[in-house]
Amino acid sequence: MFRSNTPRPIKDAHDEQRLFASRARTGFIIIVLLFLGLVARYFYLQVSHHEDFTTRSESNRVQVQPVTPNRGLIYDRRGRLLAENRPAFRLEIIPEEAGSIEETLQTLREVIVFSEEEEERFWKTRNRYRDFESIPLKFNLDESEVARFAVNRHRFSGIKVVPYLARSYPYADMLAHVLGYVGRLDAGDLARVDERNYRGTTHIGKIGAERFYESQLHGTSGIERVETNARGRVLRVLERQDPVPGVDLVLSLDVAVQQAAWDMLGDRAGSIVALDPTDGSVIAMVSKPGYDPNLFVHGISNADYQAILDSPNQPLFNRALAGGYEPGSTLKPFIGLAGLELGVIGIQDTVFSTGEFRLEGQVRPFHDWKDGGHGWADIRLALEESVNTYFYKLALGLGIDRIHFYLDQFGFGKPTGIDLPGEGSGLLPSRDWKRGRYNEPWYPGETVISGIGQGFNVVTPLQLANALATLVNGGQRKAPRLAYAIKQPGDVQAERVSAPLVFQVPVNNNQAWLAVLDGLRRVVNGARGTARDVALNADYVMAGKTGTSQVFGLAEDEKYEESEVAEHLRHHALFIAFAPYENPKIVVAVVVDHGGSGTRDAAPIARAVLDAWLSQELTR
Amino acid sequence: MNRLIPGWVRSPRLDWIMLALVLMISVTGLAVLYSASGQDAAYVERQAIRLGIGLVGMIMISLVPPHVLRIWTPWLFGFGLILLATTWLVGVGRGTQRWLDLGIIRFQPSELMKLAVPMMVAAFLHPRMLPPGWKDSLLAGLILLAPTFIIMRQPDLGTALLVASSGGFTLFLAGIRWRIIVSVMVVSAALSPVLWIFMEEYQRNRVRSFLEPESDPLGQGWNIIQSKIAVGSGGLTGKGWLNGTQAQLEFIPERHTDFILAVFAEEFGLLGVCLLLALYLALIGRGLYIATIARDTYSRLLAGSLAMTLFVYVLVNSAMVSGLLPVVGIPLPLISYGGTSAVSLLAGIGILMSIYSHRKFIK
Repeated sequence: MFRSNTPRPIKDAHDEQRLFASRARTGFIIIVLLFLGLVARYFYLQVSHHEDFTTRSESNRVQVQPVTPNRGLIYDRRGRLLAENRPAFRLEIIPEEAGSIEETLQTLREVIVFSEEEEERFWKTRNRYRDFESIPLKFNLDESEVARFAVNRHRFSGIKVVPYLARSYPYADMLAHVLGYVGRLDAGDLARVDERNYRGTTHIGKIGAERFYESQLHGTSGIERVETNARGRVLRVLERQDPVPGVDLVLSLDVAVQQAAWDMLGDRAGSIVALDPTDGSVIAMVSKPGYDPNLFVHGISNADYQAILDSPNQPLFNRALAGGYEPGSTLKPFIGLAGLELGVIGIQDTVFSTGEFRLEGQVRPFHDWKDGGHGWADIRLALEESVNTYFYKLALGLGIDRIHFYLDQFGFGKPTGIDLPGEGSGLLPSRDWKRGRYNEPWYPGETVISGIGQGFNVVTPLQLANALATLVNGGQRKAPRLAYAIKQPGDVQAERVSAPLVFQVPVNNNQAWLAVLDGLRRVVNGARGTARDVALNADYVMAGKTGTSQVFGLAEDEKYEESEVAEHLRHHALFIAFAPYENPKIVVAVVVDHGGSGTRDAAPIARAVLDAWLSQELTR
Repeated sequence: MNRLIPGWVRSPRLDWIMLALVLMISVTGLAVLYSASGQDAAYVERQAIRLGIGLVGMIMISLVPPHVLRIWTPWLFGFGLILLATTWLVGVGRGTQRWLDLGIIRFQPSELMKLAVPMMVAAFLHPRMLPPGWKDSLLAGLILLAPTFIIMRQPDLGTALLVASSGGFTLFLAGIRWRIIVSVMVVSAALSPVLWIFMEEYQRNRVRSFLEPESDPLGQGWNIIQSKIAVGSGGLTGKGWLNGTQAQLEFIPERHTDFILAVFAEEFGLLGVCLLLALYLALIGRGLYIATIARDTYSRLLAGSLAMTLFVYVLVNSAMVSGLLPVVGIPLPLISYGGTSAVSLLAGIGILMSIYSHRKFIK
C-alpha cells in the first residue's frame, strides 16, 4: 500500500517544501489570532467583569450563620425553677462517616432502643441535611443509654452522642397550663416572629407563658460569618457577633400554693385561680387534669398524643383561663353591689322570702334553695344565706340594662387581659347581645335568673377571681399579671412587673361596698352562713361566696359521650373567697367540675389555698 | 567557547529551546497542581514521577531517527487500531470503555492514536505526490476517521477531536486543496445535528449547560459557572499562589485535572494566563519551525501536525475553562494532573526533537 508499484510522478521536493511553508505560515497566523481571541476572552472575564466575579466568589465563600441564644429561665416568685434548660444528650448520625445507614441503624438497635417514629422522622429530615452534617436520631437519651453507647462506641463510626440544652419542666402537669411549653418551630410559628432572629432556633413557645413571653425569653440571635467550602462545610469563623440570651422570667406563681390547690382537687377536674388583690399578681392557677409538657418539647409521639386526647376531661384544655361556667350565686355580691350603688335598694332595706317568687301574670315560680324561704333579708343576710328571692327582686328592679352596665365594669363578659394567650371572655348578656344572637327580645324572666347568675351568664374562673379582687380592692380592676419580674441578661436585680390598672369602678357609697364584703364575711363566719364550717381554726378572717353552676357546656369543642351525659349533667361546684377580711391579701376562685356542692366540694379547696398563702405571708 | 561545553550537550540531538520550554511549563504545572490538589504533596510527587518517566521517554524517542519511525508507523497504527477495537469490546473504566487493563498498568489505546494517526497519515502521504489529489485525500481521510469513530463511540469526544484534528492537520500541511477543506467544514457543520443523535446523554447535558449555564446553576451549569467565577475573580494579577478561594474551597470542579487552568487563572490573573499562553505559543512555534527544517516529507508533516495538535489542546481547554466551549475532556498539556496524556505529549515532543536532530543541515 505504501510502496506503491504503480508508476508515480516524481515528487518535486522544492515545491513541496514551499507549499508546506506557506501552509505552516497560514496555520501559525490562525493560531496566533486564536490565541489573541483567547486573551481577549480572559481579559473580558478578568478585567472587564472582574468586580462582578469577585462579588460572586466572595458570596460563594462567606456564609452567615446564626448563633442561637440561650432561652431565658422561668422561676416562681420564691425563686423555684419552673422551666430550665437541662443538659441533655441526643444521638446523631453523620451519613458521610456512617457508610450504610440501614446497616448502622440495624446494629445500633442492639444498643439503643428507638421507635419506628423516631426512625421515620430521621429519614424525613435526612434530605434536608448534607452528608457531612449530623442528623438527630433520638433526643433526650437517658443515662443508661448514654452509658451503653459509650461502651459500644468502638462498634460505630459516624454516630455520636451530642450534648444540648433541652427545655424541661420539672413540675410537669401541675404547671402545664400556665407555663405552656416550647415545641419544634414550624412554618406557622415563623409567620408571627422575626424570621431573621429565628434562623437557628429549633424551639418556640407554643402556648402559655412560654408563648406570651416568647420574644423576651428567646433573646436575640447572634451571627457568625464563616468561610465554607463548596460543600458547605465550615472551615473557619471570620467574624462573630454573640447572641443576647433571653430574659429570665420570674412568675408571680407560688408553687407551694399551686401545689396545695392541685393536691386538694385530687382526682377531680376543676380549676383554681388565686390572685393577690394588692398588686394583681397571679398566685396560683390550676387547671386539672393537666398533661406533661415535657412530652411536647421534642415532638410528642402519636401514641402519647392520642392517649392525652382519649383521656377523660380534656387535659389540654385550660379551664382556669378559657373554661366557661355559669357563675350561679357567686355573681350575687356583684348584683347586690349594683343594686346598692345604683340606688335600687338600700343597705337596710329588706325583702321577704317565701321560698317562691312569681313574676306578675306567670304561673311558673322561681325558687329559693330553702323550702319555705328565708323570711326577711337585707343585703348581708341575702349574701350570708344566698337568698335567691332578694336577688330576683333586685334584678328586676335593676333591669338587664343596668345589670349589664354595672357588671361590665367588673370585667365580666370580656377577657381580663392577663399575660397569657388563649383567654376566654365568658358572656355578660344584654338586650343587644340577645337580639344579635337569637333575634329575640329580652324577657323579664331572664332578668330574674340573671340576679342569681343563671341563664345566659358565663364566666371564666379567672374572671371571677379578678372581679372579686376588684370588689375587695375598692373598684380597682387590674389586668392580672403572671409575670412578677423580669431579669435582663447580665443584671443581678430583676425588674418588677406591675399589673396595669384597667378600670376604676366608681365608688359612690363606701358603706354599700362594706356591706357586701360583710355579707361575704358572714357566708363563712355567720351562724347561718352557707359555708360556715370552712374557716374553722383559721388564723385569719375569711370571707367568700358559694355557687352552683348548672352544666352549660364546658367548652364548645367538648364531645359528650352519650353514656356519660348523666354524670356530666351534675352541677359544677363554685366558691370564691378572700382573706384576711380586714386587709385582703389573696382572692381565690374555685370551680370543681361536676362537684355538686360549692360548700362541700369547692370551699375546702379555697381554704387550703388561703392557708398555704397566708401561712407564708402572715409570718413575713 | 565550544570547548567549555561538553560534547554531548553540543550534540544536536536535543533541542534545548524546546526542552527549556517543556520544563518551564511542567514546573509551573507542578506548582499549580500543589495548589489545585488542596496542597497535597502526594499529588505533586506522583505527577513529578510521571513527568520524569515522560521526559526519559521523550529523550529516548528523540534518539530514534525519523525514517525508522516511518517504517514502524503502519505496525504501530495497526497495533493501536486493534487495541482500540479490543477496548471497545472489553474495556474497563467509569462507564466508558477507554481503558485497557494490562494487569500492571491501565492503558488508554486512544492516547496512542493521538500519535499513531498523524504518523500514519504522514507515512501514507510521504511517498505520494503532494499536494494530494482527491483520491489520496479520501484515503488519508479514511485513515483518520476509522479510529476517530471508535473513540467517539467510547465515548470520548475530547480525544476523538484531538485524533481527528492531528490527522486533519497533516492533510492540511500536505497541501490538501482549500476546496476540500471548505467542503469538509461545510459538510461537518451540516452534519452536526446528526452528531447530537450519536451523543451520550451526559454529552448532550454538557452542551445544554454550555448554552445555558444559569438554567441549572447547581447541577449541569455548576462547572462552567464556578470556573468562570474563579477566572473572573482572579483579575489582572490574581489572588496569589495558594490563595484562590474558588480553588482552595473546592468550588472549582475537577480542579486538578481538566479545570486546572481556572485555578491558575484565579491565582495568577490575566498576566499569568498571558505568560502561560506565550509559553505554549513558543512551544508550538518552535514545533512549526522544526517542521520547516525537517529532512523529508514524513518528518515535516508529522512535526507540523504534532505542533498544531498541541495548539488544539491549549485552545480547547482554555476556551472550555472560560466558558467559550462546552465541557470536553481535554487536559491542559503538561499541567493537568494525569499520566497518560503527559506521557503521550512528551512522546510527541520526543518525536519533534528527533526530527530536529535529523534535520536537513546535518550530514
